[in-house]
Amino acid sequence: MKTISTLALSIGMAAMSTSFVAAAEPTAEEILKTYADIALAGYEDALTTAKALDAAADALIANPSEETLSAAREAWRASRPSYQQTEAFRFGNAIVDEWEGKVNAWPLDEGLIDYVDTSYGSESDENGLYTANVIANSKITIDGAEVDAAEITPAFLQDTLQEAGGIEANVATGYHAVEFLLWGQDLHGTEAGAGERPVTDYSTDANAKRRGQYLDAATDLLVTDLEEMVANWKEGGAARTALAESGIATILTGMGSLSFGELAGERMKLGLLLHDPEEEHDCFSDNTHVSHLNDAVGIQNVYLGKYTRVDGSVIEGPSISQLIAARDPALDTEIRALLDATLTAMHEMSARAEGGEAYDQMIAEGNEAGNAAVQKAIDGLVAQTRGIERAVALLELGDTVTIEQSDSLTNPEAVFQ
Amino acid sequence: MHMRLTAFLVITLIAGLAFASEGGTRPDLTPKDLERVRAVTAPATDFSKPENFEQLPAGAATVKKRVNQDIFSFSSANLTFEQEEQFKLGNALFRKVWVSSPASTEASDGLGPLFNARGCQNCHLKDGRGHTPSGAGDDAVSMFLRLSVPAHGEADQQALAGGAKVIPEPTYGGQLQDFAVQGLKPEGKMAISYTDEPVTLGDGMVVTLRRPDYSVTDLAYGPMADDVMLSPRVAPQMIGLGLLEQVPAEDILANADPDDRDGDGISGRANFATEEGVRQLGRFGWKAGTASIRAQSADAFAGDIGIATPLVMKPHGDCTAAQADCLAAPTGEQERLGPSEAPDPVLELVTFYSQNLGVPQRRKVDDPQVLRGKQAFYEANCTSCHTPKFVTSRDAPTPAHRFQLIWPYSDLLLHDMGDGLADHRPEGEADGYEWRTPPLWGIGLTETVSGHTEFLHDGRARNLTEAILWHGGEAQAARDAFAQMSKSERDDLVAFLESL
Repeated sequence: MKTISTLALSIGMAAMSTSFVAAAEPTAEEILKTYADIALAGYEDALTTAKALDAAADALIANPSEETLSAAREAWRASRPSYQQTEAFRFGNAIVDEWEGKVNAWPLDEGLIDYVDTSYGSESDENGLYTANVIANSKITIDGAEVDAAEITPAFLQDTLQEAGGIEANVATGYHAVEFLLWGQDLHGTEAGAGERPVTDYSTDANAKRRGQYLDAATDLLVTDLEEMVANWKEGGAARTALAESGIATILTGMGSLSFGELAGERMKLGLLLHDPEEEHDCFSDNTHVSHLNDAVGIQNVYLGKYTRVDGSVIEGPSISQLIAARDPALDTEIRALLDATLTAMHEMSARAEGGEAYDQMIAEGNEAGNAAVQKAIDGLVAQTRGIERAVALLELGDTVTIEQSDSLTNPEAVFQ
Repeated sequence: MHMRLTAFLVITLIAGLAFASEGGTRPDLTPKDLERVRAVTAPATDFSKPENFEQLPAGAATVKKRVNQDIFSFSSANLTFEQEEQFKLGNALFRKVWVSSPASTEASDGLGPLFNARGCQNCHLKDGRGHTPSGAGDDAVSMFLRLSVPAHGEADQQALAGGAKVIPEPTYGGQLQDFAVQGLKPEGKMAISYTDEPVTLGDGMVVTLRRPDYSVTDLAYGPMADDVMLSPRVAPQMIGLGLLEQVPAEDILANADPDDRDGDGISGRANFATEEGVRQLGRFGWKAGTASIRAQSADAFAGDIGIATPLVMKPHGDCTAAQADCLAAPTGEQERLGPSEAPDPVLELVTFYSQNLGVPQRRKVDDPQVLRGKQAFYEANCTSCHTPKFVTSRDAPTPAHRFQLIWPYSDLLLHDMGDGLADHRPEGEADGYEWRTPPLWGIGLTETVSGHTEFLHDGRARNLTEAILWHGGEAQAARDAFAQMSKSERDDLVAFLESL
């Protein structure tokens, strides 16, 4: 009896000292402050790189050449990692989710914007704007009404053309519209090669001026949209303020929804299922591997409470990882390992792409090794979501994170009280 | 009340008998739960404040996001991360544009040859209601014409007795496809003309309704049968469908009164559909002609887009024997992807998506005007058909649909809606005057989501007042009660509808 209680006591002390050494449990306020600080820094970085893109686009329009076109494409590529890392903030923060479609909507019916190859199809369709080609037409018809498109301005793109006719594929703004304007259609299917828009589209082509107008408007709009989101995360901004109510469940919702449904599912599994290069996130530039990788980085950032900025500086603070470690160190270790495993798989996939096998080639039918590389990343994302679900259970956040065992299901009294 | 053909009466009687054994009390509940369900679904009696949980029309599945034009496009709030993935895959397929065969993307081809749309969301815009053409040049419509002919001879009679819902028009099939793949002609164009029809309300106010007249122009495959029956259909909103699928048949049939035994002038009849070999209660479509969302999705793939799924293996869609070129066109079937144009699990994912579009929470539920309007809605007896509440089955396959208190404001039954709305085109056991009570949840968000306020099966009503005034037949008394209300009472009632 005595022996046992001594043993129990020593185990208890050991456990106490372990948790004491591990870390004091951070408060929700502290964790959310780090989270909001990373969001602010992330959107600031996205804004900085978008401004560089805007400047490069201006240079291309003013002086079209192979060099300025190439520089604009590089600026677009450089703008993607920081934005994609902010996607971990999208789900869970209603204000971000509501805004996101303006800057990163895909897939898009590019025939709305500019000329397309005949293989794209020209048959009339319920999406009357499928081949509206606003760059070539100063008047277009939306829902039977003629619309003046003489001036392509940010306001025209945002208020008139975006989702015209209620069709979500009518994407007129954001990164992917700009991507299409810089690369053009990728007509290589699941073969090697990206879009090959010639620089003459901005110099000698009959519609060069209007194309430049569109590019100018779209990049200007991207900058103002990002400015709006930066303001939302500043001290007193709407997104930061809303966290006080939504709490740390916001972090896990964002991680889980991006990991599983959005990235593993809609952006990756679907393309693999259909072997369809149209189901590629950055389909004009073949930059998809970078986008997917940085989504995974963003998820890890918010878990660890640590973000490495574009300039190399680091934002770091109390994290949800520390909170979980204080309550269940093994679970924290497991989740970290799961996030690492996903990143390893993403890096492998990315290395294939950098090595010359683009993402659309990887998902091609019959490319077993490529398919497997994508599948491994998907599996990693699904597995890490299982870990996130356990974190939700540990922190007893089931009421606020949208998971199956919500209160009114397990406890019907909540519906019929 | 219109006399139905004897054959339909007989079928109805048989149906009644066949279903009697399945009717009665819900098998999914204990006596104690049954009592609780009865108590919680009892009609409202106190209109001084909202009822418990009225704010959440879909129970725990209710969407609580910011209200904007995306508000019908979110998943039910109580899905797991994994189910959220299924939903998103389904969403991607829902908005997918199918292409004609042959194409390099073999898993995505198979469009048509005749079609109304290239993808689901091209008609189900923002997952909300479709609309009528806004002008002569507006091809961007989200409505079409259903076609059929009366039964001629024994073969047709046998087909109907064997579960066929209609006898298709011999040349043009079950609906008019106004698009076709390259090299084929579209079948024709739907033409609508409207005639103004002024209606004077009790207080002297005049509301001008527009009465539509439908015809078909540019017929590409010869004349239609003289006795063709046209029924225009607007794409319905997509929210809350999985919950409606899980309202126990017993609870729906409990409201049926086919012979109007209670003498209130309101019958309420069930439609039935034989799907996957099983005769089931119809719930979906403007005439409740379909029992399950899976079947509804498969029918739409085949009829509207021309895509074969494992459930409806019609790679040539709605082509008929009289359309030889159409039947000769290439299909999108590839053996290694499975026998259908849409390979597994496309149909399952689109079905899951369609089952899990969430219903937004109500606004202004405690606003005094809304509460007055709710009382007026009850007092005008609108609730006789627009049944406010149900509790879904405990046995629902998806946990998120189980045992939720939901507020669709529909009995999911057929009602004779009078001459004004009649399409004179029977479908299954629904006659040419009957329509299924459409759910009202989300109706107040139509303008936000869809940018219009067109209602009823063909979008003829341009606002809620017009929609109510079109009600006739069994709903005549309720319509007349509304027409006799003072302006402020009518405004209250409309404010209540807009809060749904």
